[in-house]
Amino acid sequence: MREVAVIGVGCTKFGEKWESSFRNLFVEAGALALEDANLSGEKIDEIFVGNMSAGRFVEQEHIGALIADYAGLATDNIPATRVEAACASGGLSFRQAYTAVASGMSDIVVAAGVEKMTDVGTEVTTDVLAAAADREWEGIAGITFPGLYAMIATDYMHRYGLTREQLAQVAVKNHDNGAKNPNAQFRKAITLDTVINSTLVADPLRLFDCSPVTDGAAAVILAPLERAREFTDTPIKVLGSGQASSTIALHDRKDISTLDATVAAGNRAFKMAGIERKDIGFVEVHDCFTIAEICAIEDLGFCKKGEAGRLTEEGQTAIGGKIPVNPSGGLKACGHPVGATGIKQVYETVKQLRGDAKGRQVDTDIGMTHNVGGTGATVVCHIFGRK
Amino acid sequence: MSVARFWRKQQNRYNLIGNQCTVCGKYFYPPRGFCPVCRRDGKIVEHQFKGTGKVVTFSIIRSSSGNFKLLTPYVLAIIELDEGSRLTTHLVCDIDKVYIGMPVKRVFRKLGEEGSSGAIFYGTKFVPA
Ligand SMILES: CC(C)(COP(=O)(O)OP(=O)(O)OC[C@H]1O[C@@H](n2cnc3c(N)ncnc32)[C@H](O)[C@@H]1OP(=O)(O)O)[C@@H](O)C(=O)NCCC(=O)NCCS
Ligand SMILES: [Zn+2]
Repeated sequence: MREVAVIGVGCTKFGEKWESSFRNLFVEAGALALEDANLSGEKIDEIFVGNMSAGRFVEQEHIGALIADYAGLATDNIPATRVEAACASGGLSFRQAYTAVASGMSDIVVAAGVEKMTDVGTEVTTDVLAAAADREWEGIAGITFPGLYAMIATDYMHRYGLTREQLAQVAVKNHDNGAKNPNAQFRKAITLDTVINSTLVADPLRLFDCSPVTDGAAAVILAPLERAREFTDTPIKVLGSGQASSTIALHDRKDISTLDATVAAGNRAFKMAGIERKDIGFVEVHDCFTIAEICAIEDLGFCKKGEAGRLTEEGQTAIGGKIPVNPSGGLKACGHPVGATGIKQVYETVKQLRGDAKGRQVDTDIGMTHNVGGTGATVVCHIFGRK
Repeated sequence: MSVARFWRKQQNRYNLIGNQCTVCGKYFYPPRGFCPVCRRDGKIVEHQFKGTGKVVTFSIIRSSSGNFKLLTPYVLAIIELDEGSRLTTHLVCDIDKVYIGMPVKRVFRKLGEEGSSGAIFYGTKFVPA
């Protein structure tokens, strides 16, 4: 296997983007990434794009070809493949691109992610997202995504005594970070009271425990490490990659409050990178709901089960803390265009490791990403290093 | 959910019929045609569940879609059946009454309907025992 580096990154602003179509979003992110890598389109060997549900959000399938076409790459017949794993589509797209370069099959590969969610109403969005769970045996029982994560929160709070304030602190910290991220959907600091007094969505989760509905796209470009300096002075090396599956339905997990696929994917990425938890300078985790960040910190091994609430309350997960979590603002503040999120995490990690994350910079050489599909049926982790 | 798709699992949904693997003894509801423990060495037979169990975890859904929109707020719960397998259900009870460990039993209820004038689906829900 060859060593692989990220040589260029691009990301649209996330939010409710009435003026941008699905294809515009992708083209914008792709162009930014190419510009960042000083690369012209015809040099690309292959494209992967993570997308959960364009078929239902914008009634468009065959996304790979559409994107190649509108990015002006169909004239060169550049191959493009759509990758789907619900909210982990972006992370998985990155892993496919990584595999393609590492194997020697391709040299210059784009890993992208895109989702246009606001062309339909909230009710339709809720139903589309519910397809990430088991339609026949969870869908029919009236689940919603906030509801599934709320059941994790109920179980977790009961067993570990996590407090309402500790849970709310996840959102407060992520809004603090998001306020310093120009691409974030919400750029406003909030207080514990904002979270605790917001509308109940699925008890115990409230509006400010949830990631919002978002449009956005992100793209990154990978190359063999040995060629990376042709394109950039600051290549960011992929140190480890891990992916894992678990049961599609939450009720079939051995432990409701442990995402066993996070444990497995994290362990695989760490093993491949050959480093310890203490070597990680920050981690971009999949905080689709506040409880998801609590579980992620523990399941990735940054503290023992039951301790992430206290860690958060003490400020150890804030920038400057022991293990900064979601310096980008996470899904909570950046927004969560489901197929794009996993690539946005890589975008943020590269910005951080280059030292380009103005206002929210963590001083470190190593960062990690953690992207979850559904309630944890797919998890993809990557570890990156500044060479 | 289309009529055909629902029909296929109707017996399971009406009567809480799932499976057991006679090799490892594990029970499966929702039904599985393949034992995830024994895989190809397993032997799957039908099993009629008793229909009693307890609440493992729950949430009160305040915002939903489709057939469940009119029911809000409602209790969503994961139930552990006495035989040991777990399922997700609408728990028909007062939203203030539910707690972890609450004993529950199955009931036959309307699950939803297809469109405004379409087929009505029935199946199993749970109530406090
Ligand atoms: C929580 C949720 C139901 C709220 O949707 P909604 O009730 O339709 O909210 P609206 O879009 O009507 O927004 C109402 C207001 O709340 C704000 N808002 C919406 N979602 C928000 C969020 N998650 N956090 C903070 N504010 C939010 C909006 O900006 C808007 O503010 P304004 O009135 O000042 O403009 C929706 O965001 C949701 O479903 N989130 C979860 C998404 C999800 O499941 N993703 C997959 C995870 S795996
Ligand atoms: Zn078996």
